[in-house]
Amino acid sequence: MITISVDTNACNNYGQCCFEAEDIFALDDDGTLQFVPQADDSRLDELENAADACPMQAITLNR
Amino acid sequence: MSDPIIVVGAGLSALRTAESLRKNGYAGSIRVFGEEPHRPYNRPPLSKQALSEGIEAEALAFPLRASVADVEWELEAEVVACDLAAATVTTSDGRTHSMSGLVAASGIRPRRLPIPGPQTGRVLLRTIDDALHLREELASGRRLVILGSGFIGCEVAATARALGCEVDVVSLDSEPMIRPLGSDLGAGMRAHHEEHGVRFHLGRTITEFTGDARVTGALLDDGTHLEADLVLEAVGSVANTEWLEGNGLDLSNGVLTDEYLSIVDSPIPAVAVGDIARHPNALFPGEPMRIEHWNMPTEMGKRAGATLASMIAGESPTGKPFDALPSFWSDQYDVNLQSFGVPGSASSYELAEGTYDGDCIVEYHDATGLIGVIGVNRTTELMPYRKALLAREP
Ligand SMILES: Cc1cc2nc3c(=O)[nH]c(=O)nc-3n(C[C@H](O)[C@H](O)[C@H](O)COP(=O)(O)OP(=O)(O)OC[C@H]3O[C@@H](n4cnc5c(N)ncnc54)[C@H](O)[C@@H]3O)c2cc1C
Ligand code: SF4
Repeated sequence: MITISVDTNACNNYGQCCFEAEDIFALDDDGTLQFVPQADDSRLDELENAADACPMQAITLNR
Repeated sequence: MSDPIIVVGAGLSALRTAESLRKNGYAGSIRVFGEEPHRPYNRPPLSKQALSEGIEAEALAFPLRASVADVEWELEAEVVACDLAAATVTTSDGRTHSMSGLVAASGIRPRRLPIPGPQTGRVLLRTIDDALHLREELASGRRLVILGSGFIGCEVAATARALGCEVDVVSLDSEPMIRPLGSDLGAGMRAHHEEHGVRFHLGRTITEFTGDARVTGALLDDGTHLEADLVLEAVGSVANTEWLEGNGLDLSNGVLTDEYLSIVDSPIPAVAVGDIARHPNALFPGEPMRIEHWNMPTEMGKRAGATLASMIAGESPTGKPFDALPSFWSDQYDVNLQSFGVPGSASSYELAEGTYDGDCIVEYHDATGLIGVIGVNRTTELMPYRKALLAREP
């Protein structure tokens, strides 16, 4: 399993991460980021792409 | 052992291309030469949060993945020449280094205008060291004059106002950020700045700095004299391509690549990535473009790493030509501007929602249809536009 954490103080809700893994990162109706905190190892590529795409570098992945 | 792939420039483009080389099966050595004393770090906060809250090199550094743990970083090492036919680069200490392939990732630097007067008190913003210096100088209450009304000038104007500085912006343009935004949204952004007390001197330039040892003012071309403790020059950029001269490459505006990001006319496997690369984009056929957005090194690094790995293995690049969607964001006060596509290349634009001086969405078109969209505080609403732009793909 991969554990996902987002530094919500740093996150500016740009939503760039959502394009890389739409079922894991999404902006809610208020435009605030919601995310699923755990994902299967098979999702690593997409999650790394999401972490790379974050302008605030707010996403951390742990395995 | 065969010669390493040499990467010139140790920024985001270098990091993403190295990661992609590994992902695409290149197992040989990778050696990066970087002029700055830092490993790749995140530049955008340098005009925003980090400038207002404090600059820590460690917090800005990009994490290094296990796949690139064995990359050699030669820092404070400037590459001064490159001989592609001989497959070597030369560093400023006089050493020559052989390579099997090249990644040109040396980015850009701020342009400087030859303006007479004292030099001390004139600052630029590109690196951590520049930002540390600027932050120190912006001690509350300082009078800051900014030359240039592009994104960096405007972001620093907003940050400096929050830090309590007086801010004057001088620019030859008729509105701030006019090239990407167009004049109406530019005027809307100007209104936000004026509300926060920034003074604009548009259609104007600085002809002379006044003061003895240090700048105390700036003289404009209409005779206006602005008092200043500090001047930030943010009037565009110059691509760092001098080290590539003498190889018969097209260096007219950055380094020209083909649709796989391979450097045109290079006799050895070579790619260019990020701010330095003038490249075609299959989403927006036409003239190759050089784009200074943060999302490009990540997108281009993926394509360029695959291209170079194939070429080093003696094969032609396979897969799709480069076709990523350029995007950028900018934070000024409570305004979050987000863009997709190439609004700066549009022949017309149209307000789709809201008002130019408030929250809004603006669509940008050319003869081929929608080529860009910019939203002000409209992140969620931009998503369908982004999808439409990606669907342009032939
Ligand atoms: C203050 C600031 C704010 C920004 N804000 C935003 C934003 O909000 N949104 C956005 O989309 N983009 C933004 N950008 C742009 C974004 O940061 C760049 O597009 C990105 O950094 C480009 O990365 P790069 O690796 O191509 O080039 P760079 O990051 O410039 O890296 C190139 C490196 O190469 C080194 N180098 C140059 N020549 C040589 C040589 N001859 N030998 C060895 N090393 C050399 C340089 O010192 C530099 O470290 C901002 C940029 C700045 C400076
Ligand atoms: S990309 Fe980063 S800043 Fe943007 S919403 Fe995702 S975590 Fe937040």
